Amino acid sequence: MTHASTETSIPKPEQLAELVRRHIPDAQVEVGLFAGDDHFEMHVVSAAFAGKNRVAQHKMVYAALGDHMRQRVHALALTTSTPQ
Amino acid sequence: MTDSMQSDPIQQGIDKLVKAHDVVLFMKGTPEFPQCGFSQRVVGILNQTAVPYAAVNVLLDPAVREGIKIYADWPTIPQLYIKGEFIGGCDIVTEMSANGELEALLAPLRPA
Repeated sequence: MTHASTETSIPKPEQLAELVRRHIPDAQVEVGLFAGDDHFEMHVVSAAFAGKNRVAQHKMVYAALGDHMRQRVHALALTTSTPQ
Repeated sequence: MTDSMQSDPIQQGIDKLVKAHDVVLFMKGTPEFPQCGFSQRVVGILNQTAVPYAAVNVLLDPAVREGIKIYADWPTIPQLYIKGEFIGGCDIVTEMSANGELEALLAPLRPA
């Protein structure tokens, strides 16, 4: 399977991290692959998560990833936390 | 639910399901034959709790598979609901199982 445009290609882990940092400016992002090239694992630390429950925290990350989340990211194992 | 969701029969059906049972898992496959590793993991966690739950196989109906993402404003499956409230997906359920939060939610629902 080939992809004509970069928009539909599988993002690289660092591209996903950049998207998160763009939307959540203080975010410290660790991202990698746990299987194949489209099963990502990511840990995001941000003060912006303070006072929010985990569902809301994860939604902030999903919003940052935008269409990637619905299209090319087959799986994302996500954990979030606030700075110690 | 928003007003536009309330007029959508799929959303209405999902809402009814979520509120009809104390614990509802939307998953790929069935508890006996999960068809996704993430669904399988949540089934394993729920089975250990010995609390009964309703499981909805989203693979049987594309409208439910897409509709549940809209319902919770959550892009992935599995999705766990307890007492009508969206709890989270595989990562959150795993975390809550490890730190005791899940047990605290489920203990009152365990049959005597």
